[in-house]
Amino acid sequence: MRKDGLDRRGFLKVGLLGGSAALVPATAEAREYNGGGIPWQPGEASPPTQAPLESHQFFTVEERRFVTAAVDRLIPPDDEWPGASDLGVVDFLDDQLAGRFGRGDRWYMQGPWPKGEDTQGYQSRFAPAGLYRKAIQAIESHCGKAYGGRTFAELSGDQQDEVLTGLEKGDVELEGVSGTTFFDLFLQNTIEGFFGDPVHGGNRGMVAWKMIGFPGARYDYRPYVSRYNEKLDLEPVSVAGMTAASIPGGRG
Amino acid sequence: MAKKLPKVDVLLVGFGWTGAIMAQELTEAGLDVLALERGVWRDTSTEFGVTNVQDEVRYRYRSELFEELSRNSLTFRNDTSQTALPMRKLGSFLPGTNVGGSGVHWNGQTWRFLPSDFKARSHNEERYGPLPEDMTVQDWGVTYEELEPHYDTFEYLCGISGRAGNLNGKIQDGGNPFEGPRARDYPNPPMEMVYGPTLFADAAAGLGHHPFPAPSANMSQAYTNPLGVGLAPCSYCGFCEKFACANYSKATAQTTLLPVLMQKKNFTLRTESMVLRVLKDKAGERATGVEYVDTNGDTYEQPADIVILCAYINHNAHLMLLSQIGQPYDPRTGEGTVGKNYAYQITSGVTLFYDDKVFNPFVGAGALGMAIDDFNGDNFDHSGLGFIGGGYIAQWQTNGRPIESHPTPEGTPKWGARWKKAVRDSYLHAIGISTHGSVMSHRGNYLDLDPTYRDVYGRPMLRMTFDFTDNEHRMSDYLTDRAAEIAKAMNPREIKVSRRTGHYSIVPYQTTHNTGGTIMGTNPRESVLNKYLQSWDLPNLFVMGAGAFPQNAGYNPTGTVGALAYHSAKAIREQYLRSPGPLVQA
Repeated sequence: MRKDGLDRRGFLKVGLLGGSAALVPATAEAREYNGGGIPWQPGEASPPTQAPLESHQFFTVEERRFVTAAVDRLIPPDDEWPGASDLGVVDFLDDQLAGRFGRGDRWYMQGPWPKGEDTQGYQSRFAPAGLYRKAIQAIESHCGKAYGGRTFAELSGDQQDEVLTGLEKGDVELEGVSGTTFFDLFLQNTIEGFFGDPVHGGNRGMVAWKMIGFPGARYDYRPYVSRYNEKLDLEPVSVAGMTAASIPGGRG
Repeated sequence: MAKKLPKVDVLLVGFGWTGAIMAQELTEAGLDVLALERGVWRDTSTEFGVTNVQDEVRYRYRSELFEELSRNSLTFRNDTSQTALPMRKLGSFLPGTNVGGSGVHWNGQTWRFLPSDFKARSHNEERYGPLPEDMTVQDWGVTYEELEPHYDTFEYLCGISGRAGNLNGKIQDGGNPFEGPRARDYPNPPMEMVYGPTLFADAAAGLGHHPFPAPSANMSQAYTNPLGVGLAPCSYCGFCEKFACANYSKATAQTTLLPVLMQKKNFTLRTESMVLRVLKDKAGERATGVEYVDTNGDTYEQPADIVILCAYINHNAHLMLLSQIGQPYDPRTGEGTVGKNYAYQITSGVTLFYDDKVFNPFVGAGALGMAIDDFNGDNFDHSGLGFIGGGYIAQWQTNGRPIESHPTPEGTPKWGARWKKAVRDSYLHAIGISTHGSVMSHRGNYLDLDPTYRDVYGRPMLRMTFDFTDNEHRMSDYLTDRAAEIAKAMNPREIKVSRRTGHYSIVPYQTTHNTGGTIMGTNPRESVLNKYLQSWDLPNLFVMGAGAFPQNAGYNPTGTVGALAYHSAKAIREQYLRSPGPLVQA
């Protein structure tokens, strides 16, 4: 399963597609295309990778307890609709942080690391995985001091919101890491897990999509363009080719 | 030691929209053309399948179509008093990589600039008097009239869907009455409208404005372009910008040019080849080729008679600076030209929330919407307003992708139970009006080389120094007020006004409409390129793209980028090849 586009078609070495003799011996690694039309190969595609339904690759037991409690304050369950952890957001985060995203493979991560202006954006020396690890540790340390030795998960809902709001507003100082930087990324990733395609491990049963009325990865809405002011109630579809009813563990 | 390769007639650096256009035009002239692309090959049938492109996490948020900053980023600061720091992850703009470039993941909003936009300094000074000293606005050196046939060529290549507003000087009902005269109508009729844009158009017309269907590179019907390449009707799937089209319905290099170009014996595409610098002869009078590195880390010297930079604007400017071509711009003295007049786009929006209306936002397309141009460019009297420039105001229905698009009313927290309920209640019942404003160039906004940070190839990174000025804030506020008036006339339950306030930030996504740095103009003292995008310094070097814009107009850039490429290609074919040298005497 290729993820970065660089390891595919390794067989299409220089000159394989015919072409200009003068240029054939050019390079060992670059691919060259000349005169062969679109270099289409039958049977090749770039499908998504199905994330595990349960992911235990990154978070420690303690970290998982924090994340489970925290995502359920960010997107809590209510009488009608489940919250973030019910829809697999913790597994989504665990899987994401264990992979390329967690390592910050696409990010520019060379120093030096002075503190920047807000307009200059992310300036942490930590890639996402490191930031989560460091920040969770620091938040638990803060909770221990501020709430009589209790962990975040042991706090009341209101107290948990107080901690999260403190991080969001920059009022809670964390040792060695910016609470606001962590909070912004954590909230963004939680929303990604909640509303993302279930192929990535969150949004189980496409329940978050049903909650708002988003039909997912359907690709042809032409019959609906002129249906003004009409609720459509289309059954959502995942890029994994599944409907809610067909997903293992789904709540179709 | 770089291995030296056999010389080619034309070398293209980067293979997106402009690379594909130049390759097509110059191979037609019989030249041997080689394109060097840092990324890999991509085609619709393989990479952009209808079963996998509608994936927000993978494409929008894990950036699979965008450039990898780990290889080469840029540094950013608002002004010279700050230390520029690296853009560590993508935010404000999303340049592409791989074959097709950023053109693969654009929305398809395809505009012409106004005739007055090309004479921004002389036109505005004639009408309003001298511009402020720090406003480094310039005329382009090319006119709308000269570009009109090339806009036409690009629109017919792409199959743009729209309705003419000005045919040979005659104003047409239902089109944009402010546009420059066009020789013929769009190749395709406008897209079929969803509900929201019709409400916007009715309200705007009621206020005396002139709504029209926005010009779109999403096909309103099946289309075969002049090269014989076919595009399919748009299926309104709502995954255009930041995504590739799975349905051959959005004009890109892949869907308009490559099926023809890739068959040509005199065209060669070499991928995974990162150009490090442009090489010059000893006298510094001609480009001799480029140095590039492959993914093995081996470096090569590729000689060429003509070198054309077709990368994204920051990379074109970066290559010029690294290759020491021309004089770098100095904001203290105003001297030098390379890196001068970096500009951008300023955007704002108004969100409308209804109780009794359903909009089904997921039924969308990147350029599906109704717009007004009454407040763009100099289409309105700026006397006493304290700014020049303007922008269009539109109600687009581009998408209902829920990670990115989950509007909530004013005062809603960003998380928690109230947030969740507001998202649920609003998703089907909210629409937005957006403003898309020009950014005038300013003495302090520029590009140069960073003194500290280096890319993975060991080169100094590009440094961007940019902030919005008072002119832009006043203009954007004015547009936002007009948008709010229209919103109120549409009778929603409530509106939320999102102004662009304070300093420019590189964090939130705004637009991938970066401009300037390798600007065109009338003379070498003030510009990098002449009216044919030819370097004033090295006559066999041409530089494509929005880097040529001396300042940015209130429109999306791609239509003008395409027109300028065709304009340049024609000059190379009809003038330069006969007499290789400067096409404009300095």
